[in-house]
Amino acid sequence: MAQSIRNPAELHERREQRLMMILLAPALLVITVLLVLPLLWLAWQSIRQDGGFTLAHYERFLTDSVYWVTFLQTFRIAVTVTLMTVILGYPVAYVAAGLPQRWSILVLAMVLLPFWTSVLVRAYAWLILLQRNGIINSVLTGSGLIDEPLRLVNNEFGTVMATIHILLPFMVLPLYATMKKIPGELTMAGASLGGSPLHVFLRVFLPLSLPGMIAGMVLVFVLTLGFYITPELLGGGRTYMVSMLVSRNIEVYNEWGAASSISVVLMVCVFLVFRLASLLIPFERIMGTR
Amino acid sequence: MNRSKFLLYGFVALILAWLMIPVLIILPMSFSGARFLAFPPPSWSLRWYESYLGSAAWMQATRVSLTVAVCSAFISTIFGTAAAYALNLTQSRLVRSLQALLLLPLIVPIVITAVGIFLVYAQVGLLASMTGLILANVMLGLPYVVTSVLVGLRKFDHTQEMVSRSLGMNRWRTFFAVTLPQIRPSVISGMLFAFISAIDETVVALFISGGENQTLTKKMFTALRDEIDPTIASISSLLTTVSFILLMLAALNARNTERSQGRAT
Repeated sequence: MAQSIRNPAELHERREQRLMMILLAPALLVITVLLVLPLLWLAWQSIRQDGGFTLAHYERFLTDSVYWVTFLQTFRIAVTVTLMTVILGYPVAYVAAGLPQRWSILVLAMVLLPFWTSVLVRAYAWLILLQRNGIINSVLTGSGLIDEPLRLVNNEFGTVMATIHILLPFMVLPLYATMKKIPGELTMAGASLGGSPLHVFLRVFLPLSLPGMIAGMVLVFVLTLGFYITPELLGGGRTYMVSMLVSRNIEVYNEWGAASSISVVLMVCVFLVFRLASLLIPFERIMGTR
Repeated sequence: MNRSKFLLYGFVALILAWLMIPVLIILPMSFSGARFLAFPPPSWSLRWYESYLGSAAWMQATRVSLTVAVCSAFISTIFGTAAAYALNLTQSRLVRSLQALLLLPLIVPIVITAVGIFLVYAQVGLLASMTGLILANVMLGLPYVVTSVLVGLRKFDHTQEMVSRSLGMNRWRTFFAVTLPQIRPSVISGMLFAFISAIDETVVALFISGGENQTLTKKMFTALRDEIDPTIASISSLLTTVSFILLMLAALNARNTERSQGRAT
């Protein structure tokens, strides 16, 4: 105390730090109480049974096929969705970044409107479009292209279709932001040095846009791993994803041990994806805070 | 070269159409006169809007959702702006590492978040309560506010605050008179995002809301699981309209940002 009075700079520094902590406190408190502590509790719960230590909840991953089949299906869907959002999102971002301002805003608005629309509403829209007597089937049968309505929903196809639709903006937006920063002079220089447009694109533009692509892929992949609404509404009970396994174990079977161990494994998967990605690009870049 | 450009533009136009159609298709469906969802609708009517607006249960759920969204967007804007301000100024490594913690709600799969909140609320008796719903959505909205305000603060020249304080204004007044007016657009866009995230939030509400305090999305979700009731189409159209208006507000807000920055430079 006496020393800090002698040293006003240090006193100021300390007061400053205390103020910053006070400003951070409400936000941190909310997140700690409602998210961090429950996660720790779930982790604890996953290794406990009848008041003792157990690995029984994790053993089920080896013995009960429902577990690993669900995880495999979830990962397969996540890979499909991620690849499809790259294939569909890259051209959109590329065109938007190359267009004059006025037009690129229009393209972005068309990406953003679905982005701002409720996930539930979009899942419902796909249900209307894809169901047996839905719009796509009635157009197809009406035009004589097919005789029997196609089975488009209540399966993995419908789930994947809606999930891609919902997550595409998460790919387009970081890609667009990265492409916007690529100086046009670079591709011009490439072309003036005799590179064909395709060659310039592959050797100059594509590598420079990779960070945005990785950011988008990580977001899409991780979000798909935790998706709940689309498989629940469009999967028809056949497309079983990890989130549904968690909620079923609680709502139907009241099996907290099982739900906890699945949650822990899912969280570990998510963190691993982020960890791997952060070897390539910084975390802040993925989350768009830088 | 022109041919490949033509193909590229055509492909992108198709993707954009694919993005927009599901959002737009709901509108004509909601004015259908039929019980079944045929397209184009065999006749037109307002019956699904009437069945929504005339139902006490749907109205109650709408009130709950709106109250939750307004309150939680407001609170997370205050908490999130304060946190972003501190994160931006601090030199300490430790405090900076807390930034990742503030983004955690975006990273944790929503079902796990929902289960966690359910656990906490079961202990303290906040299940099926308004307070519980608002708090949960404050937490979910924080990352949007923090991210948006941090981006705004990066562009703000902090020496202006020092000037103001050296001229005798205290910290509090400096923030409201000097800093806030300049970062206002990013605060507003964070708030709009927090609002829309709260209106749309479904999974956490499935676990923790109930009884009197059921949200609109929970009621819609349960209705959708049972049968495809065209009333949902009318609600969906209204929700999409709300999204559209908020998007327009956000776009206007972004334009103002560019203008005010144009003035500054």
